[in-house]
Amino acid sequence: MIQQTPSRRAILDRIKTQPVEGPALPDVDPNIVIAFDDPVAKFQEMLIAVGGQSHVVSSYEAVGKTLQTFDEFASAKHLVSLVPEAVAGTVSTESVRDPLAYATVDWTIAKGEFMVAENGAIWVDGKTLPHRVLLFIAQYLAIVVKKSEIVSNMHQAYERVDGFGGPFGIFVSGPSKTADIEQSLVLGAHGCRKLQVFIVDDK
Amino acid sequence: MLPIVEHPAAAKEFVTNPDRSRWHDRALWFVRSKRDLQASSLPEWEYLRQTASQIKTHTIANLAHYLEQFEQNAIAAGAKVYWAEDAAEHNEIVLQILREHRTSRIVKSKSMLTEECGLNHHLEANGIDVVDTDLGERIVQLRKETPSHIVLPAIHIKKEEVGETFHEHLGTEAGASDPKYLTEAARGHLRDKFLAGQIGITGVNFAIAETGGIVVCTNEGNADLGTSIPKVHIACMGIEKLVPRQRDLGVFTRLLARSATGQPITSYTSHFIGPKDDQSELHIILVDNGRTKLRSSPTFRAAMHCIRCGACMNTCPVYRRSGGHSYRATVPGPIGSVLSPTRDPNSYKSLPYACSLCGSCSDVCPVKIPLHHQLLAWRGELVGKKLLPMGKRVAMTLASHLFRHPRLFTTAGAIGRLSLRVMPRWMTHNRFNKWSIARDMPKPPQESFRNWHRRHRGN
Ligand code: SF4
Repeated sequence: MIQQTPSRRAILDRIKTQPVEGPALPDVDPNIVIAFDDPVAKFQEMLIAVGGQSHVVSSYEAVGKTLQTFDEFASAKHLVSLVPEAVAGTVSTESVRDPLAYATVDWTIAKGEFMVAENGAIWVDGKTLPHRVLLFIAQYLAIVVKKSEIVSNMHQAYERVDGFGGPFGIFVSGPSKTADIEQSLVLGAHGCRKLQVFIVDDK
Repeated sequence: MLPIVEHPAAAKEFVTNPDRSRWHDRALWFVRSKRDLQASSLPEWEYLRQTASQIKTHTIANLAHYLEQFEQNAIAAGAKVYWAEDAAEHNEIVLQILREHRTSRIVKSKSMLTEECGLNHHLEANGIDVVDTDLGERIVQLRKETPSHIVLPAIHIKKEEVGETFHEHLGTEAGASDPKYLTEAARGHLRDKFLAGQIGITGVNFAIAETGGIVVCTNEGNADLGTSIPKVHIACMGIEKLVPRQRDLGVFTRLLARSATGQPITSYTSHFIGPKDDQSELHIILVDNGRTKLRSSPTFRAAMHCIRCGACMNTCPVYRRSGGHSYRATVPGPIGSVLSPTRDPNSYKSLPYACSLCGSCSDVCPVKIPLHHQLLAWRGELVGKKLLPMGKRVAMTLASHLFRHPRLFTTAGAIGRLSLRVMPRWMTHNRFNKWSIARDMPKPPQESFRNWHRRHRGN
């Protein structure tokens, strides 16, 4: 319910009594913005640039096999997998509502809806997560996405998420990072230390 | 009333330390160069800037409509919306929400608006422990300083100094200065704070009228940890953060990080529409604090376009050499020098002069704010308001008299040329001539321009 407070009225009044002419709302011309002949290759290049790593695999089973080659995965104890066809998790998310219960998670394997070539970002819909903290609290993050699910730029990306009704959705690009100490880039600020993206060839 | 800020005096410490000033200059130029690389990687860069500027102009013109639409949709999605006239009301609203939840532990992610409102002070004065979770902000907070840059809050601090601060507060090894080691220590320290946080406070990068949603961009993921653990999320935003439609974000997310730090996009671009679940709460505070006043000025209105990317600071030759604190304002640099005098022309009257009018800020601004034109316009306003410093005012009046009287001008020129030649150094280099503090006087020409012109072109 809208609360009609004095401040609300005062702010809106000040705006309304001061009419300002403005241009019409522009739309982006899709023919002007950048597109890539090989968007997957561009995505991979950009993901490296932002500190992540990607792997093109032929099937979901291959995701697990590749993960096993990483020391930090082979030695991990607490895995949450939201892509069970690729990897089996060791931590059940059923009936867990307290985010603190996930404080010790080593890996989260999440599902990505699609990739964006121009900046190495992946859209993750909050509805695919039992709890949104899983994306941020895990020490390591893997996102599995289909190779055919890719767009070139952010305009196309927002076209894809147009009907997105919430409550949460996120573009993830690379691991958590910071350069706040003398502009030296350090991966792994508060969120994941590394990001592995698995591109499953579904063609 | 705030003390009046004389930028030259406030900058003195920084500029008279040439090593530090040069180091700071280079650090920011490095960021600016990364921005250039990103801007040139997109052939449509100028088209994007043009479109962004148009979207903003449209939104600010129709602001009441979009604010009401936003409020309606945010409430429909389950959020609670508040309106605050000024900083004090904003701070009171936040405190009220905290009190209702009997909470005392807050995890906050970087928000220039809450800095602008002095929220931390207000909460701490009321016995609440506020933890800034952005690494740069945390460093600054532990040192009891303020951010010196809106995107890179600790850009003025050397890694050895961070090492000392962390040694004292987080128990890291004495003398340690490796950024990796220090960041790891902060990660551990802040993780405990995240896990214990009862309410998360964030700023807002963009708010979408069409969905009632908000977008928060970070690289560290602190806004996300800080809002996904606690049940209550308080989002504080200036009323200029609105965009009409979700698809408008396509333009702004492409410009923001590229302009700010030279990245193609921030690591995390989070979209929140309503609270997490039916156990949780999302509170959104819409703050005016001078923005409607800015909107009513045709000359300075475009400053409301600002998306707080910091590009104008990174490129500004004055900012780079004098440091952010010399502006004595939450938002420093070119945009700060436009915004601060709107709030309080008397206190900030020297800021429009902390500018060489080189125009570089206007060139990099992703939303095309004509920053250097606005700074020039401010100088005109300040003269009109009789707010120029005494020295400048007297000099300007004399100069104007001189220019209006050709005979006088000719004579003064002759005297000037002669005196520059014959005067001993002590007469020009003394405390009355501020101009000569760090400069030599120019060599005077042998004859006046007027004479020269008559000889060569005259007939
Ligand atoms: S004025 Fe322009 S360049 Fe400066 S911070 Fe704002 S948006 Fe960025």
